[in-house]
Amino acid sequence: MIKLRQLIGAACLGMAGSLAYAADAVGEAQKQPLNMTAIMMFFVFVLSTLGITYWAASRTKTTSDFYTAGGGISGFQNGLAIAGDYMSAATLLGLSALTFSKGLDGFIYAIGFFVGWPVILFLMAERLRNLGKFTFADIASYRLDQNRIRTFAAFGSLTVVCFYLIVQMVGAGQLIKLLFGLDYPIAVTVVGVLMVVYVTFGGMIATTWVQIIKACLMLFGGTALLYLSLAQFGFSLESMAAKAVEVHKDGIKIMGPGSLMADPVTAVSLSLGLVFGTAGLPHIMMRFFTVPNAKEARKSVFVASGCIGYFFMVVCILGLAAISIVGTNPAYFEGGVVGGKIIGGGNMPVMHLSMALGGNLFLGFMSAVAFATILAVVSGLALAGASAIAHDLYARIIRKGSASENEEMRVTKFATLALGVVAVVLGIAFEKQNVAFLVGLTFGIAASANFPVLILSMYWKGLTTRGALLGGLIGLLSAVTLVILSKSVWVTVLGNAEPLFPYEQPALFSMPLAFFFTWLFSVTDRSERARKEIDAYDDQYVRSQTGVGAAAASAH
Amino acid sequence: MSSQIYKRIRENPRFDELAGKRSRFALLLTAIVLVSYYCLMMLVAFAPDVLRTPISEGGMLTIGVPIGAVIIIGSWLLTGWFVARANGEFDRINEELIREASK
Repeated sequence: MIKLRQLIGAACLGMAGSLAYAADAVGEAQKQPLNMTAIMMFFVFVLSTLGITYWAASRTKTTSDFYTAGGGISGFQNGLAIAGDYMSAATLLGLSALTFSKGLDGFIYAIGFFVGWPVILFLMAERLRNLGKFTFADIASYRLDQNRIRTFAAFGSLTVVCFYLIVQMVGAGQLIKLLFGLDYPIAVTVVGVLMVVYVTFGGMIATTWVQIIKACLMLFGGTALLYLSLAQFGFSLESMAAKAVEVHKDGIKIMGPGSLMADPVTAVSLSLGLVFGTAGLPHIMMRFFTVPNAKEARKSVFVASGCIGYFFMVVCILGLAAISIVGTNPAYFEGGVVGGKIIGGGNMPVMHLSMALGGNLFLGFMSAVAFATILAVVSGLALAGASAIAHDLYARIIRKGSASENEEMRVTKFATLALGVVAVVLGIAFEKQNVAFLVGLTFGIAASANFPVLILSMYWKGLTTRGALLGGLIGLLSAVTLVILSKSVWVTVLGNAEPLFPYEQPALFSMPLAFFFTWLFSVTDRSERARKEIDAYDDQYVRSQTGVGAAAASAH
Repeated sequence: MSSQIYKRIRENPRFDELAGKRSRFALLLTAIVLVSYYCLMMLVAFAPDVLRTPISEGGMLTIGVPIGAVIIIGSWLLTGWFVARANGEFDRINEELIREASK
């Protein structure tokens, strides 16, 4: 049962674009010798992205350029960038490792994490683009109380951004230690410095291009490895499967649903919680504001889900190939014992597969792609955090909209720098900590505090400030409480014997609570302001459906 | 100014038609995606042996593999369908609505 939970957690984290599982599995892994090929390739990546940042800096003049690239990203480009956000290093490592050890179960998991994307397109993409300007707080406070709802939404975003940054930093440090042989503090500092440089100078333009390049590298690397793997089996999936069944300790069982799926209710609810958590992540929502209109927003989800679906299928095949190629080679097991502990931890099969099929050069390339991925994700997070500070808290709430363009731009730089320092300091402070609970917190808060307020403000006429504020707070508190009572804090951190809350992901319970209380406190709100807010929905509805008024937001 | 436009658009019966059509279409596609996914999960939970049926006599690949692939590829094609219809048919109605309202 514990094993099952770990694997489910692992799959969850992997899909979620977090590196916590990587960090987890790597654990206290020994530092590897310096991998010069990988470092050289990463150096090339950094140089080219810094070149792009230099170019982007000349085009980042206004706050609109900084937050949303002036709305000038095309649907296709944005689709690649969204895919880049979702195809993290942990997806590559975690999902292939899951197929490597569990077979078809890994694939079924991948499906659960894919189906959210079409749903986001059908229900959210268009309205997000038509209503949003720079941040998700813009949508939530569209017709509600500017001060209170915007403050709540901004702090919701910032909390999610900070927790997620720590998770990424710790994962990055561990992964880089393992793949590159760099010291942990150096790795974390390099990531932090590059992130601040990309974001402060290049804003959303640079961040988007870093994400696009990384997505292309990842698709290229995955496809190349797929080709090399299939070539080993005469390009027959059947013979790859036959060989895997022959050598896997579970034999034919790996081709059907197995132990991992013994508790499908947990699996399904987890995937749902994850989907809504993803939809409530500020750096994912921001991506919808970078395109010029709803047309392009829709296109971008089409491109993104195509890339994500393709990549998930490729990664699962890689895991299957690794069963016979890596799983039978004593060189990849500690002490040369086949079936024992895999060198570098349970997350490494696909890296060993790169080594086995493409040699050191290809391993170096894949390691560099993994590093690039982390950079791209933390940059997006830093940008989302900086916009919550500069746009929501400073320009809208403190200065009540009277801040000049220059003043707001200056605040974005300081905010990014501050986030960079916080990320590096906390990343180093949390080196030896198990950060899995932060992932639960991040997604719990995103799904239970941000998401309900966002979706109800777009879809439900009856939402009022009181309902959104109280419901959101209850979602937030219950998510935090349930994470504290779950295994990752109650047992792992606090040292109790049994968790009081048996699941890792609180969203399944905290989300309905948030929705219920938002509804309850809204319908019982009889104030004059509530009436005005409800009346304002009609105009908002027309804008969300037709985009009238939205274009101006982008050009401004 | 925009509040006037919103009012005029809202009073145009074609706006309700557009919003209704597009929402129904989006909900239908959402339902197809989620129902097919939950059917797969039901099979996993209650009839896992079905998914263990080999595709060909004596083969190792089971029908779980193509079923999974069909769900991923199929729901991606549905997003394509949605985008094609929303960016074509629906957006044309949308543009007409806006033109009529800003006259």
